[in-house]
Amino acid sequence: MASVTLSEAEKVYIVHGVQGHTDILVGVKAEMGTPKLEKPNEGYLEFFVDCSASATPEFEGRGGDDLGTEIANTLYRIFNNKSSVDLKTLCISPREHCWVLYVDVLLLECGGNLFDAISIAVKAALFNTRIPRVRVLEDEEGSKDIELSDDPYDCIRLSVENVPCIVTLCKIGYRHVVDATLQEEACSLASLLVSVTSKGVVTCMRKVGKGSLDPESIFEMMETGKRVGKVLHASLQSVVHKEESLGPKRQKVGFLG
Amino acid sequence: MAGLELLSDQGYRVDGRRAGELRKIQARMGVFAQADGSAYIEQGNTKALAVVYGPHEIRGSRARALPDRALVNCQYSSATFSTGERKRRPHGDRKSCEMGLQLRQTFEAAILTQLHPRSQIDIYVQVLQADGGTYAACVNAATLAVLDAGIPMRDFVCACSAGFVDGTALADLSHVEEAAGGPQLALALLPASGQIALLEMDARLHEDHLERVLEAAAQAARDVHTLLDRVVRQHRAELRGGHRLVLGAGFPAADPAHLHVGERHGLHHGGGAVCGRRPCPGFCPGLRRPPQEVGGSASGLA
Repeated sequence: MASVTLSEAEKVYIVHGVQGHTDILVGVKAEMGTPKLEKPNEGYLEFFVDCSASATPEFEGRGGDDLGTEIANTLYRIFNNKSSVDLKTLCISPREHCWVLYVDVLLLECGGNLFDAISIAVKAALFNTRIPRVRVLEDEEGSKDIELSDDPYDCIRLSVENVPCIVTLCKIGYRHVVDATLQEEACSLASLLVSVTSKGVVTCMRKVGKGSLDPESIFEMMETGKRVGKVLHASLQSVVHKEESLGPKRQKVGFLG
Repeated sequence: MAGLELLSDQGYRVDGRRAGELRKIQARMGVFAQADGSAYIEQGNTKALAVVYGPHEIRGSRARALPDRALVNCQYSSATFSTGERKRRPHGDRKSCEMGLQLRQTFEAAILTQLHPRSQIDIYVQVLQADGGTYAACVNAATLAVLDAGIPMRDFVCACSAGFVDGTALADLSHVEEAAGGPQLALALLPASGQIALLEMDARLHEDHLERVLEAAAQAARDVHTLLDRVVRQHRAELRGGHRLVLGAGFPAADPAHLHVGERHGLHHGGGAVCGRRPCPGFCPGLRRPPQEVGGSASGLA
């Protein structure tokens, strides 16, 4: 069948880092695609991270590709479980059509703590996404037609309750810190990335950096990560709901504000 | 063309504008603290961000350094979510490379590159949302960003697109009008002298009509100049008022009596030293004519 690309549900969410100015822009576009062979009743998410040259001139051309791939792969991993996003809601007709959500992350300014900021922005963008409701009409010959609802506001929202956020814990000396700035990251030889849901469930964990961590500190850092993660989710939830409640006349956070 | 009517009988376009009317322009300078200069512009629904780093030492091969002037390096990138249909790669494709070259050509004509020999100026433009007139929005944003970085320029560079429908020249085309397939003209102008920095035309246009379309684009560019000038003055007034003190990394806190525009010097300062890195010498050795008044001279910003 001819490829149908419906991208009405693009949503852009800007999250401004409070300290150290980490600026991320996340756009979610929904397009029609074919479900994966091993999961015929589900849609899927595709992540792409663009480290723009405006963050630092080293990212010009293909310079930012390495970091971008690393962040995208981390995002794939944290979403690679049954509970993060209910992919069955993205299915339109099994084995034939499904929604593919392209989550595009644009890194504009890099001020430390990238993974955390990006995961927060992705969660907020997914919350904000509105996917148009479609119906599959089958006529006598058996050929299927996809019909879009007439009402432009008739759409499905994703439940982001179980979408995890990343908390990066940087080991500096014998202690560890969260939400490190660029300078703090430079002092840290090893960090632990913990992906935590709002209920405190850890979905993914990874150690990064050239230094080493001893097992005691890993458990400590994981506990801190869970605690901080729960608080982070609670505050993100309140911010996002408050913004939503302001309705269409709300002040959009942007560069002009 | 059947279907969509680009210009109604009463003279209104698809979005309700008149033939020569521009879309609403909003702009802001200094949006990023880390970059040397940055600016954001919205022209209708087209949103572009420009970031400038420089002048600094040549990155990569030293052999590329030019002995008598600065190297201008531009990259055009448009976000994957910027267009209606998702783009696969933000930059690196043919169109982005071509746009980068065009931007470079445009700014080499305007920036006083002789003042910074053997150095490099990087201009990175990012399109966040594309609704027609992306080249023009990029040029306008880049002008503001270069000014924010304090790199001396001959003049503002103002750009606008124009088209031709039913015997009327349209200024500032939106995506719908561009996609209709008529002739499109992109013009980058140096308003004070009226010189053209870049002129590009697509599709067929009878030469009798060229002058009208060119004049429509030039008038629109001059209107853009008025707006950009206002934005620059407003930005400077904000800084002067002390509301937004922008301090470069490692630069000592400014004495309010010598508050410079973002610790850099602005349009007319042609100091031989790399701008923004050293205190203002108090005079403009690079220029042969006295500094022009852009709401006050560099050293007299008290």
